[in-house]
Amino acid sequence: MSGSELAILLLSLKVALAGLAASLPLAIAVAFVLARKDFPGKTLFDAVVHLPLVLPPVVVGFALLVLFGTQGPIGRVLEPLGIVFAFRWTGAALAAAIMGFPLLVRAVRLAIESVDPRLELAARTLGASRARVFFTVTLPLAISGVVTGALLAFARALGEFGATVTFVSNIPGETRTLPLAIYTATQVPNGDAEALRLSIVSVLVSLVALALSEWMVRRHRRAAHA
Amino acid sequence: MLDVDVAVRRGDFRIEAAFASDAPIVALFGRSGSGKTTLVNAIAGIVRPERGRIVVGDRVLFDGARGVDLAPEHRRVGYVFQDALLFPHMSVRANLAFGEALTPREERVIDHERVLALLGLQSLLDRRPGGLSGGERQRVAIGRALLASPRMLLLDEPLASLDGARKSEILAYIEILRDELRLPMVYVSHALEEVTRLADRVVIVSDGKVAAEGPAAEVLSRPELGPLTGRFEGGAVIETRVASHDPRYELTTLTFAGGELVVPNLDALPGEPVRVRIRARDVSLALERPQGVSIQNVLPATVRSLGREFGAIVDVALDAGGVPLRARITRKAADQLGLAPGMKVHALVKAVSIDRHSAGFA
Repeated sequence: MSGSELAILLLSLKVALAGLAASLPLAIAVAFVLARKDFPGKTLFDAVVHLPLVLPPVVVGFALLVLFGTQGPIGRVLEPLGIVFAFRWTGAALAAAIMGFPLLVRAVRLAIESVDPRLELAARTLGASRARVFFTVTLPLAISGVVTGALLAFARALGEFGATVTFVSNIPGETRTLPLAIYTATQVPNGDAEALRLSIVSVLVSLVALALSEWMVRRHRRAAHA
Repeated sequence: MLDVDVAVRRGDFRIEAAFASDAPIVALFGRSGSGKTTLVNAIAGIVRPERGRIVVGDRVLFDGARGVDLAPEHRRVGYVFQDALLFPHMSVRANLAFGEALTPREERVIDHERVLALLGLQSLLDRRPGGLSGGERQRVAIGRALLASPRMLLLDEPLASLDGARKSEILAYIEILRDELRLPMVYVSHALEEVTRLADRVVIVSDGKVAAEGPAAEVLSRPELGPLTGRFEGGAVIETRVASHDPRYELTTLTFAGGELVVPNLDALPGEPVRVRIRARDVSLALERPQGVSIQNVLPATVRSLGREFGAIVDVALDAGGVPLRARITRKAADQLGLAPGMKVHALVKAVSIDRHSAGFA
């Protein structure tokens, strides 16, 4: 693997992890609301959360371009604050976060729904506030769902192509992540060998992530049922 | 002191109940689905009444009219659930510490070591809830609630998921807590023997309403409550004191205003109060003091009234030295004896019909 290929791998990991880190707290909050609360418009809210899962990624990328581009309504507001997404790696991370969001929310929601709400009530009668109950009872008991969801979202982010290329283009060293680099390699003469090497790297990263999450879930289960 | 007067709606079911108690243990007694659990949930603050007032000691926990509705975490009411509800991801030690750590130091009135000792928890501290037996789990749940230094303890059918031996074990622990910690308790149950053994005051809940309320012996002896409480078997509950033990025959003699009762050995010291339940069907009647019978307890009594007849059976209300007793006999026997209110009779009670489960240390 050449130095430039290693740079592509590191950029991909940076984009995927940054996207995951940014979306995780919001996804957990949304999952909790969907699992535990009833409110008017819940079905619509649920549908909006799931949109990135069903929309063509290019459409999501285009929507991001319109909203977060330098001339877009959100991009224009953020630019003076020094926050720029357009044609930056941060934009790729944003695209990755949004595409992985529904997967993350789904997994965390299922895990929270499987926590007996009466355990939360028991914790309240022992003097714990709602927030403390969430952090000491609900979230720890749902942690395997959080890990699973994080893996799914991370894998989705690593593979993100359509939304990324539409929103932040294919800029070497800035937004050219593994899938974009593989695509680019297949478009040049004699690029097949590089495409193959990058593909193998992708497979290895995914396998390592899978093994890591499996290990974390198992370790947690052992701790919970020892 | 507990004072409850609330209306709670659960779907189509409406509960309107008022009761008060300053007894060490008050029992909410009634069939499953009568609304008992909803009432304790309202006291704990996890069910919100439509209107009413809940007062524990000098603290108003809920007052619909004045807009007072303390959050469960501010009520300082301990709650022991039917199925323990221990936190599965924490050790027993962490479960016990959960509420204690949230209690301000100056409000911790319960001594940690004492609770561990009273409930026999030391050997369980490093275990996980998943590995505990039902009885151990319930002991940890009681300890966890106590260590948060509550002003009152709610126990919702804490024995329902336990087998016979575990039941008496936990009952004994609850009696120890009552005597040692002087913490008022609300005990929810549909099991008559638990209520007889523990409760000083009984509130009978039926179909979302308070059907009867009063001292345990008085309420549990009322015949008309049978249908309201399910498998409630007619009988009388009387307050007695231990007079003496007979080690040779392993018998205990109890005294009460109506005379003496001989029962199989009770584990209580002379002078200790004991509440005894005598089922109506275990009481026979005789006009003369019988000779040559095996029955150990012959109590002179007066017939107060003859109850409603159910087919072959009639319940006879008796008065033994001012203490109400009940006898369930056949209609034929009542006719043969010519029973009528005011008649002097002898109530015969087999000693062995009063077992450990029908006697409690009051």
